[in-house]
Amino acid sequence: MKVLTHKQELCTGCLECELACSRAYFKTDDRNYSAIRIIENNKTYHANMCTQCGECINMCTANAIYRDRNGVVRIDKKKCVGCLGCVGFCTELVMFYADDLEVPFKCIACDICSKACPEGALEILVSRVKEN
Amino acid sequence: MGTIIKDYSYTPAKIKRGYSGKSLYINLSDLRIEQKEITEFMKEKFTGGKGFDLWYLWHAVTPETRWDSPENEIVMSVGPLGGITQYAGTGKTLLCSISPLTDIPIDSNVGGYFGPLLKFSGWDAFELQGKSEKEILIFIDGNNGRIQIEEAEEYPEDTHLLAEELTKKYAENEDDMVNVSVVCSGSGAKHSYMGMLNFSFYDPRRKVCRFKQAARGGLGTILHDKKVKALVVKYRGVKPNLNDAADISTINKVGVKYHKEVHDLDHKQNKMRQIGTANTIMIMSQYDLLPTRNFQTGGDPEAVKISPEVFINEWLTQGLHDGCWYGCTMSCAKCADHFLITTGPYAGQRVTVDGPEYECAAGLGANLGVFDPQAILEENFYCDTYGIDLISFATCTAFIMECYQRGQITREQMGGLDLRFGNSQAVLELMHQISRGEGFGRIAGLGIRKLKKIFVEEFGADPKLLQDIGMEVKGLEYSEYAHKESLAQQGGFAMATKGPQHDEAWLIFMDMVNKQIPTFEDKANALYYFPMFRTWFGLVGLCKLPWNDLVPADNYKTDSPAKVPEHVQNYVDIFNAVTGKHIDKEELILQSERVYQFQRVFSVRMGKGERKDDYPPYRSLGPVSREEYLSRQELYDKQLRELQKLDPETMDLDEKIAATRRYREDQYEQLMDAVYRRRGWTENGIPTPERLKAIGMDLPELLEVIEPKL
Repeated sequence: MKVLTHKQELCTGCLECELACSRAYFKTDDRNYSAIRIIENNKTYHANMCTQCGECINMCTANAIYRDRNGVVRIDKKKCVGCLGCVGFCTELVMFYADDLEVPFKCIACDICSKACPEGALEILVSRVKEN
Repeated sequence: MGTIIKDYSYTPAKIKRGYSGKSLYINLSDLRIEQKEITEFMKEKFTGGKGFDLWYLWHAVTPETRWDSPENEIVMSVGPLGGITQYAGTGKTLLCSISPLTDIPIDSNVGGYFGPLLKFSGWDAFELQGKSEKEILIFIDGNNGRIQIEEAEEYPEDTHLLAEELTKKYAENEDDMVNVSVVCSGSGAKHSYMGMLNFSFYDPRRKVCRFKQAARGGLGTILHDKKVKALVVKYRGVKPNLNDAADISTINKVGVKYHKEVHDLDHKQNKMRQIGTANTIMIMSQYDLLPTRNFQTGGDPEAVKISPEVFINEWLTQGLHDGCWYGCTMSCAKCADHFLITTGPYAGQRVTVDGPEYECAAGLGANLGVFDPQAILEENFYCDTYGIDLISFATCTAFIMECYQRGQITREQMGGLDLRFGNSQAVLELMHQISRGEGFGRIAGLGIRKLKKIFVEEFGADPKLLQDIGMEVKGLEYSEYAHKESLAQQGGFAMATKGPQHDEAWLIFMDMVNKQIPTFEDKANALYYFPMFRTWFGLVGLCKLPWNDLVPADNYKTDSPAKVPEHVQNYVDIFNAVTGKHIDKEELILQSERVYQFQRVFSVRMGKGERKDDYPPYRSLGPVSREEYLSRQELYDKQLRELQKLDPETMDLDEKIAATRRYREDQYEQLMDAVYRRRGWTENGIPTPERLKAIGMDLPELLEVIEPKL
């Protein structure tokens, strides 16, 4: 399973990762369109992004969420009807939406943000853990 | 398969702010297909959904029209909010027709995909009038703007087979099957007055058609009488803003907030996602509300055998989405997969059973004395596939069983069926007989009102006893709540416009348990507000369950927890966000009241909307029999002492029963007076011209109906 991980001790909160993500997928610098969100708390930085846990797969009201060959949880845009149920049900609060988009979006462990991180704080891990 | 006998092309109307602005009219007698405009007048006075249905039905029928008259219509409409995907319970279709059970307008609401897909195909409402000569099906292709009427003799009758065949026929491939929805009934609708309509939705995980039911009042019987085997709609391309909402941002925000509430709270509250509405079985039994053996008692020690845990652990598939429209995270449409059928034409086959919902477990279970989950699921399956309303069937069969128990009818008169309470095999055989139109099944599905007449006139039964124990008002069977200790609910049932269904008001906990509405005026206020509020769901295309089967964590701190104020505000916000209007919660009630009073006047017009029609059988109000009195003797004796200042020690059992009855019947009369005043009705139950004027419904055709009655 591929999953994006974050090393808190290396992160400086520069938000280059957010920019890289929103630019790559939505051609905007607006962080509301990033699938990774850096949250500051007392000078330490926490990264919010999908853990690929897959809890949203069976609850999807349109059967539009699936796990791909790499173990990454993906949204089938053709099937998704934009109900945002997965947004409300995500325990990590990392399924995102925007009012001008018809489907929600999430981290798909694509590596774009980790390449953009100047501190090496982001890394894609590949594991063989059991997938649901 | 069948010959296409009509092919009609149209340009699907674009939806603006929740309305397509068009309705579809099909006359089956001459195969005429027309489009009608949804006028501003209709939107203003009737909002949509049931409002549009009743308005069209009013103009289709005369006071002489009966259910099988050619001019009777089945009208359906999904309402302006129907089809939005972001909130739970947004796919409800409302249907109206003149009912074979009541002879007045029935309304029935149903989930499934048909209504939203019909609207996305360009139709806010759909009228079906006339009668076809041959058995036909109607196919609406919403993407290509095409309506086809096809001969349908060769298709199977029962729902689970017919819907699957038609879904496959019209879908291009597996992925396309979710875009097809079928409305049909079944073989049981042919031989009963309680035929219902199944609305399908394809479940891509289980790869089967699932069903929700427009169950009440005989709509399936009417569809069958019109010789329509099925209605099929296909629309590909459901997206979040097909309703052209004025403010999608608010809809998204309110929707996500609600989804999160479901995620965080449902497992701590009603467990709708695990068991659906059947979560209340044990609570009902504990509070004496579970109708048992024809409402004789309100629970049974055996109820534990059909508890929610039994269904969750042993029968119902867990962890998969079970909503009947997109976006319904409440997901209450549970089902038992790979269920093995043991009787009837499908014995030996494994099927998916939709349910049991509460009404099923209570009605086909406790009310028939059946405390066997497997039997309940099989009864559930056959009611659904035969197209029989399981509420009317359960309450009617419970009545038959008590008539048998009390020696009012004999086994021979039932064609040898041993319909003892608890005999689920006999119940299933009765269903099969109704499906085949054989034996006792030829009359058992006609409903309690007609059976009372038959049992008295042909079998010599005691008319007074049958009147007391036959749980029907206006000809419609009660839904499945025992309510002898809740005066407000007695009124909620018997004064409900269409007949005793709890969708107008469910006040038992407020009234009996929490004692929040002690006076007649309090009860009357509740019997004004809640019927008006709940009517609104049926105007706009929403399901009632997400309103109060889940409540915000801090709901108890509000000044009126029973109203769930935050969720009411959600509805106001969503309505405004879709339509671009600016209503508040008071205007919401006004929208409802316009339709509510209209429906009452409609019933008056059809001959059944007066005080005489709002009386319950005594079984609803109190103990009819000695056994019933003795089952709660302590309570009833206490009431004689405290409420009537009588000494039960000096009275024999029959005197105590009679005194209790006099008191309770008098209480009900006083409740009627208070409710009629609050609703703006005369003492005879007729809406006054002043009230109609105050809500903007003093239309000439309504005044013409009520004036002779004033």
